[in-house]
Amino acid sequence: MERMPQWADVVLVPLISLLMAFILSALVIVAIGEDPVAAVKMMVNGAVGSTYGWGYTLYYATNFMFTGLAVAVAFHASMFNIGGEGQATLGGLGVAVVCLALPWPHWALALPVAVLGAALFGAAWAAIPAYLQARRGSHIVITTIMFNFIGASLLNYLLVNVMRPVGSMDPATAKFGPGTHLPTLHDILAVVGIPFSRAAPANISFLIAVVACFLVWLLIWRTRLGYAIRAYGKSEPAAVYAGISPTRIIMISMLISGGLAGMMAVNNVMGEAERLIMNSVEGAGFIGIAVALMGRSHPFGVFLAAILFGFLYQGGAELALWTSIPRELIVVIQALVILFTGALDNMVRMPLEKLFLALRKDDA
Amino acid sequence: MAGTQTAGRSDGAAPAIELKGISKAFGPVQANKDISIRVMPGTIHGIIGENGAGKSTLMSILYGFYRADAGEIFINGTPTPIPDSQAAISAGIGMVFQHFKLVQNFTVLENVILGAEDGALLKPSLSKARGTLKRLAEEYELHVDPDTLIEDLSVGHQQRVEILKALYRAADILILDEPTGVLTPAEADHLFRILENLRREGKTILLITHKLREIMHITDTVSVMRRGEMTATVKTAETSPENLAELMVGRKVLLRVDKKPAAPGPNILEVENLRVVDDDGVERLKGVSLNVRAGEILGIAGVSGNGQSQLLEVLGGITRATGSIRVNGQEIDLSGRHSDGQSRRARGIAHVPEDRQHEGLIMDFMAWENMIFGYHNDPAWQKNALLMDNPAIRADTEAKMARFDVRPPNPALAAKNFSGGNQQKIVLAREIERNPDLLLVGQPTRGVDIGAIEFIHQRIIELRDAGKAILLVSVELEEILSMSDRIAVMFDGRIMGERLPGETDEKELGLLMAGMNGKAA
Repeated sequence: MERMPQWADVVLVPLISLLMAFILSALVIVAIGEDPVAAVKMMVNGAVGSTYGWGYTLYYATNFMFTGLAVAVAFHASMFNIGGEGQATLGGLGVAVVCLALPWPHWALALPVAVLGAALFGAAWAAIPAYLQARRGSHIVITTIMFNFIGASLLNYLLVNVMRPVGSMDPATAKFGPGTHLPTLHDILAVVGIPFSRAAPANISFLIAVVACFLVWLLIWRTRLGYAIRAYGKSEPAAVYAGISPTRIIMISMLISGGLAGMMAVNNVMGEAERLIMNSVEGAGFIGIAVALMGRSHPFGVFLAAILFGFLYQGGAELALWTSIPRELIVVIQALVILFTGALDNMVRMPLEKLFLALRKDDA
Repeated sequence: MAGTQTAGRSDGAAPAIELKGISKAFGPVQANKDISIRVMPGTIHGIIGENGAGKSTLMSILYGFYRADAGEIFINGTPTPIPDSQAAISAGIGMVFQHFKLVQNFTVLENVILGAEDGALLKPSLSKARGTLKRLAEEYELHVDPDTLIEDLSVGHQQRVEILKALYRAADILILDEPTGVLTPAEADHLFRILENLRREGKTILLITHKLREIMHITDTVSVMRRGEMTATVKTAETSPENLAELMVGRKVLLRVDKKPAAPGPNILEVENLRVVDDDGVERLKGVSLNVRAGEILGIAGVSGNGQSQLLEVLGGITRATGSIRVNGQEIDLSGRHSDGQSRRARGIAHVPEDRQHEGLIMDFMAWENMIFGYHNDPAWQKNALLMDNPAIRADTEAKMARFDVRPPNPALAAKNFSGGNQQKIVLAREIERNPDLLLVGQPTRGVDIGAIEFIHQRIIELRDAGKAILLVSVELEEILSMSDRIAVMFDGRIMGERLPGETDEKELGLLMAGMNGKAA
């Protein structure tokens, strides 16, 4: 029995959820005595009203694309990887090691190695929980969340005791060399003659993220491995019947997932900060969960959801900067969006399904 | 034929149950269409129909699980709305589900009073129930030790507890949903004796089944459902199995399997001393040895849970075992890291698993994705080193669906949207079209409608006639008897004996299935 048209499932449900989140947010803004219409204007203007705004929106979106893809790939194997935060932290370590290891002559040489380093470190951080799940049955949700804390502490230790330049009081690595400076969207778009804000941090990593979306789509829906991952994710007994090894699928899908989360560091560590600092991930690993949920674990959905959350981040920052709406309330709005699009998905879907069935019955 | 003739001892009395114009739709699917039925008190009334005919929906409405979109329910002549199961129980209706709803680590007594406790303290309820159970046991041959834990009881006894639960709640009307699916023939006979005792005491029984033999054996009246409608209600004495089958399917059906005598060739499968110990440390296979020859169907009979599933799983590469398996004379590696479903397929073993919904198919996958399941690494389905050739798989699926008459013939439809019979045809198409040397088949027609059963049986026989070896596991004795060229009976992880179908009968096989060796007895 068909439920409802796919476009309604993929487009309508998240849109209505989003609308409800915004309505509730507007009520909250009214409640503290501010003007919601002005707030929306401010957010839209701040996030997409200028190339500066776009530059930040796309920078955040790049982070969320990587972490969102990471969660989505694991979801397809029915693994709930909530360790994106820790895997991205370790990815940062990988990027820092690569960038500081050599006096890189040109970014085009540094970038592929940095991408590899980020992915390897992120994957390695996911490998331990994956192994514990596959062989010991330790639940991946518990272990990945613990590894977020272990990752943060490990980085803390390394930055303070090992990687801090002599004489520096700052728990951070030295600044990366000029040969690792990635071209920003300003640099890239200037080639084709489009003016773009020089100050915004969006960089070539955005294009890597877009390519990653496409490659993940290819992996999940066009390769044997993706087929096996989806089969295992839907039914473990069926996978075993078909001779698909659960251990292998858990390990591989978590390695890919951790690698994708780690690759986020190319954007924030190499592309923006150009050195490794503490807490560089800033919660993007967790936003990735909401992005994957809202994007229904489809790479294209992840792409759109990541842009939306990038918009919310940048718009929210502008709002905090220019109005008396406190920063905490921005977090409330973001949380409402996550709540409605991620957790309360069925609240919208079920009435909508009923509506569609009723409509169809009238047609018949 | 259509109409509402009824049989009953107490003509003139109000019917125990009367349904008038019951309709129920799930979205676009009309599960029950304007159903009217009268069940006279003190009778056993059968409801028969294929899967998806709407039997279970109708019973769920009667027991308050669903609310009908339209129609009325009368109990003993009074209109009785049944909004929930509590209302059904107070109207005197008891239900014995196909899958028992018992708390495994409670005793029989505790299960019986669960939900019917008299007060905050359990003691008075328990002693009251103990007395009632004793009385019921004697009246109806429903003997169960009240202090045994459910998990220590056989399936047949667990079913008795379900019946006792209903009777303890003063049910006058008992609904049984496919009650014999999990029973040995002897247990089924005992159940029928219980039902006859209940009828003698004036209870009314609604028996839902798809087994024609049971309907003919025990019911007074039978109603036939097809595609959500009640197509006929007839007196059992005035009908025949052929007639009922035709009413169920809407066309003439061949009930006997039509096959030539087997022409067995050399041994394809040789199994020696196979042992399996499961995760709980229980030995499930205790040294099984058997062989299957080319062009032969070996049927494995047995009550579900006596090791047949493990046998299939070991042969299919799902479960680890010790012992020896040879296919075409070559030893199969049972202990290595690569002893899995893939290695078995590479050796020419195809496997139609017992549980198609959890093993044989991925229910969310489309038909074409399911059509390569297990064979997805086959070079034929790869476009290049990286990508799969989805258009080729789709085209191939379309052809296979046509050859196996899968309806609707839409490769892009998810497996869960096909009926049970068509799902099974997808699995069979996938496995049989590989042209395997050995086909393992578990419960090929479980949950499959009569029309499709005929088709599935014919395809398996065709494969046999093409000189392939077939190992058939089924809990349906009739199926084993009509399909097999040789029959091996399993009990408690062992083969109790082998018989030829022409030289044995259900009674002898039933004894073997219960662990009694016919020769010794």
